[in-house]
Amino acid sequence: MSAYLKLDHIDKVFSRGAASTEVLKDITLTIDRGEFVSIIGHSGCGKSTLLNIVAGLTTATMGGVLLEDHEVNSPGPDRAVVFQNHSLLPWLTVYQNVRLGVDKVFAKTKSRAERDAWTLHNLSLVQMVHAKDKRPSEISGGMKQRVGIARALAMEPKVLLLDEPFGALDALTRAHLQDSVMALHHKLGNTILMITHDVDEAVLLSDRIVMMTNGPSATIGEVLEVPLPHPRKRLELATNAAYLKCRQRVLEFLYERHRFIEAA
Amino acid sequence: MTMPAIRNDGVTIMPAAAANAPVVAITPRRRPWRDSYGRIARDTAARVIPPLIVITLLMLFWELVCRRTGSTLPPPSKVYNDTKELIFDPFFDHGGIDKGLFWHLSASLQRVALGYSLAAVAGIGLGVLVGQSVWAMRGLDPLFQVLRTIPPLAWLPLALAAFRDGQPSAIFVIFITSIWPIIINTAVGIRNIPQDYRNVAAVVQLNPLEFFWKIMLPSAAPYIFTGLRIGVGLSWLAIIAAEMLIGGVGIGFFIWDAWNSSHISEIILALFYVGIIGFVLDRAIAGLGRLVTHGTSAS
Ligand SMILES: Nc1ncnc2c1ncn2[C@@H]1O[C@H](COP(=O)(O)OP(=O)(O)OP(=O)(O)O)[C@@H](O)[C@H]1O
Ligand SMILES: [Mg+2]
Repeated sequence: MSAYLKLDHIDKVFSRGAASTEVLKDITLTIDRGEFVSIIGHSGCGKSTLLNIVAGLTTATMGGVLLEDHEVNSPGPDRAVVFQNHSLLPWLTVYQNVRLGVDKVFAKTKSRAERDAWTLHNLSLVQMVHAKDKRPSEISGGMKQRVGIARALAMEPKVLLLDEPFGALDALTRAHLQDSVMALHHKLGNTILMITHDVDEAVLLSDRIVMMTNGPSATIGEVLEVPLPHPRKRLELATNAAYLKCRQRVLEFLYERHRFIEAA
Repeated sequence: MTMPAIRNDGVTIMPAAAANAPVVAITPRRRPWRDSYGRIARDTAARVIPPLIVITLLMLFWELVCRRTGSTLPPPSKVYNDTKELIFDPFFDHGGIDKGLFWHLSASLQRVALGYSLAAVAGIGLGVLVGQSVWAMRGLDPLFQVLRTIPPLAWLPLALAAFRDGQPSAIFVIFITSIWPIIINTAVGIRNIPQDYRNVAAVVQLNPLEFFWKIMLPSAAPYIFTGLRIGVGLSWLAIIAAEMLIGGVGIGFFIWDAWNSSHISEIILALFYVGIIGFVLDRAIAGLGRLVTHGTSAS
């Protein structure tokens, strides 16, 4: 069986004038349909760069991304992104922010009424219908991130890309949203690629955890399968042996073998 | 059930807070309604009374200074007596340029409206170009920087030579005066569109036209309106001067004509109107800007 999403020998070199830095080197990864994969690594190793390459917002210097065996190198709604800082358009209401993508993606396939219903449906998936007429400045950080998720889901992406979606949130909100994402993944079966720097989050949500070495020339150091059945329960896992073992593995990778070195 | 509530501090707090909640929710609804009239009246008074006092004092001073015989300028009482007819009948039309002030002001405003609208459209267009494209900026920016320093009236002879008519020349002067701040501010606004918004547009695959209407304009709107506001002020400055030179109906020539006929009181009245209208134009654009950019700046 060929992979659903394939990152094929990706290199990324940033060059400014004569100076150039190789950020990513030889990244190869295959992701199956419906799989939830997390990428974890220290700050600055190139996680966002990698995600942007998959999203098509940045181009790889070498190698490429294949989605269902077709090369993708420009951004599109089939790889919707939930950005680290929500990136909602402040002059649009919550509803309009989601509707913007819906109108583009389903311009030909859905009627006006259907697009309206679909927008509301996706807002209801993240429990945000009640605030649909509010502006982003009028809702909390967690709510904004929910709307960002709804906006991405509403495009019916083949792959959902999450760039540290909960990084800027407090621990309680974060846990709550993690549960939401788990529930959504269980219900909708999306293929998800998520960046995180939170070990617990990675183990709790993922089917596989991709651990990246430190940059420059970061690459995949290790890939860990998380052999826990879905749906997972945060409290039950706290004492689960398999969970603790996975957690231990990731921690060892990050803090013993690839300790964070201050950029020289 | 009530026993632990009485004994336990932790529990008694809960019903107390719950009982308080509806009271807190209701009071802010009623109170401000009754209060607001008083507060509005007080706010208005606080804003209106100080300028009124200053104006009265200035008028008094002016009256005292200009009352003496041999004074070159008329005191306010004389201005009022001389221009009573103009003030109370702004709509008369005796043909030619012998018209009421309303007609002069509206002729000037029409020129400004036309020249300024053209400048707004062209200025936003060019500003988007310069803000979006590095090459357009490298090519055009030096040119703009030089052209914008040319005083408005310096353009007038050239415009007269080109158009051979006062009307289009005046409109051109308005246009060329007000376009620079609009271009420059729009370009800055476009350059400051956060990369995040561009990324969102790219993922959703907005086409260039949709990108312009749905991302660029709203995102750059605060900057664009800053430019528009400076532009409208400049165009009102320029029209008065241009009209003095081109003649015809218009408040600028009205002032010049009054000077030639030594009707100093009429000049003072006209200046009063020019000031008021300039102020209103500025406030109108500022208000429009606030309306349009509502919620844009906060994120
Ligand atoms: N446009 C760019 N030009 C030059 N260098 C860049 C550019 N974007 C990123 N880099 C460099 O690439 C490296 C990786 O950046 P990236 O944002 O992908 O890190 P990250 O793993 O997402 O970090 P974090 O966890 O802090 O978000 C950094 O050293 C950064 O300086
Ligand atoms: Mg990042």
